[in-house]
Amino acid sequence: MEEIKFNKSKEVSPLGGLKGGVVIINYGAGNIQSIKFAIQRLGFEAVLSHDEEEIRNADKVIFPGVGEASSAMEMLKSTGLDKVIPTLKQPVLGICLGMQLMCKYCEEGDTKGLNIFDVDVVKFDDREKVPQIGWNQIENLKSDLFKGINEKEYMYLVHSFYVPINEEAIATTTYGIKYASALQEKNFYGVQFHPEKSSKAGAQILKNFLEL
Amino acid sequence: MLTKRIIPCLDIKNGRTVKGVNFVDLRDAGDPVELAEIYANEGADELVFLDITATEQKRKTLVELVIHVAEKVNIPFTVGGGISSVEDVEILLNSGADKVSINSSAVKNPQLINDLAAKFGSQCVVVAIDAKQIDGEWMVHLVGGKVPTDIKLFEWAKEVEQRGAGEILFTSMDHDGTKNGFANQALAYLSELVNIPIIASGGAGNMQHFTDTFIEGKADAALAASVFHFKEIEIIDLKNELKRNNLPVRL
Repeated sequence: MEEIKFNKSKEVSPLGGLKGGVVIINYGAGNIQSIKFAIQRLGFEAVLSHDEEEIRNADKVIFPGVGEASSAMEMLKSTGLDKVIPTLKQPVLGICLGMQLMCKYCEEGDTKGLNIFDVDVVKFDDREKVPQIGWNQIENLKSDLFKGINEKEYMYLVHSFYVPINEEAIATTTYGIKYASALQEKNFYGVQFHPEKSSKAGAQILKNFLEL
Repeated sequence: MLTKRIIPCLDIKNGRTVKGVNFVDLRDAGDPVELAEIYANEGADELVFLDITATEQKRKTLVELVIHVAEKVNIPFTVGGGISSVEDVEILLNSGADKVSINSSAVKNPQLINDLAAKFGSQCVVVAIDAKQIDGEWMVHLVGGKVPTDIKLFEWAKEVEQRGAGEILFTSMDHDGTKNGFANQALAYLSELVNIPIIASGGAGNMQHFTDTFIEGKADAALAASVFHFKEIEIIDLKNELKRNNLPVRL
């Protein structure tokens, strides 16, 4: 496995200092700059970190992820954070692959997940184009995460694997089949879509999370 | 329902937005970051930044621009032009780009597609294909359409899908800059041939052309530059028009 290059949080935090208490977990997988910038646009400050103490002390934790499940999980394991994340007590938001890794199992790369959400992640079948790329609607919204968000609001999604509807679903989306596009279990939230890339409505969801 | 995407393309040269007619005459159309913000606010679904000088001059990255765009813009964007290695892509994605588009480098080294898909996931790998018809056969061209190859468009499209491309950005060099509409016949064939999204590019001149490329061309997304840059088409008007034609759009 290739060496993971971690940025020291201070170096990648141009505004410097941490006041808002938001930590974005930096384990080498994901478009973390975009999440950081989206949080900055909301007037909050976020720090990128893979330091256990810093993560445990955060008010809010964001667990990003882009790419392939098994290699992302390997990178996560190499930081030891696979043991830390499931024990966190503050609100945690998994985004895209981050959410998928919080599930029990991912079909992609035959990957064992963090088992926070009691559901397996499976692949879209070939009746639709895979990956799904673009803006699709979220509905059946049931969480404070979606305060001020209209049913059938559009979110930006890019994914080939999905979470089937289960008891933890707090939003659904339809792409060939209806699936869970957001999950919640206690303090753990997961969204399949990218709020940081979903225009004003996505920003509202991020804001809702930061204000939980 | 998944919507059809409207994607303004910002061709970048020396840090400024330009759009060439058939990739030759360049006109200045403004500051890319400012323009990107405007498009995001007007309802663009994604943005593409293409450094059109990159392939010839081997210029590497647009990292500065990517960071500035990522800071300001709240919709996804793709960066292309001169990207030829896993390291190039890593820098761009880490700087805030959502996807990268590779073109000539994929033709020269098809394994790059596999490598990028394995390391970063197919979702961020857009393979751009420029092609034009030669004796009735669609042939892949390089360097902004200037250099012909002996690669057939449809065979190449199938190959890039199998190697792990997440999307194909198909530009018809026969249509680009003409404002006479997209290459819908070839697009429809492509869309049936592969099971990844197809972005139509080249030929947008009016709103009907977009409707046509989504219906006849079966495209998943449509990309255009000058019609947006020079306000010939307003994105909001275009989306309303598409909606009137029963096409799913984000409004």
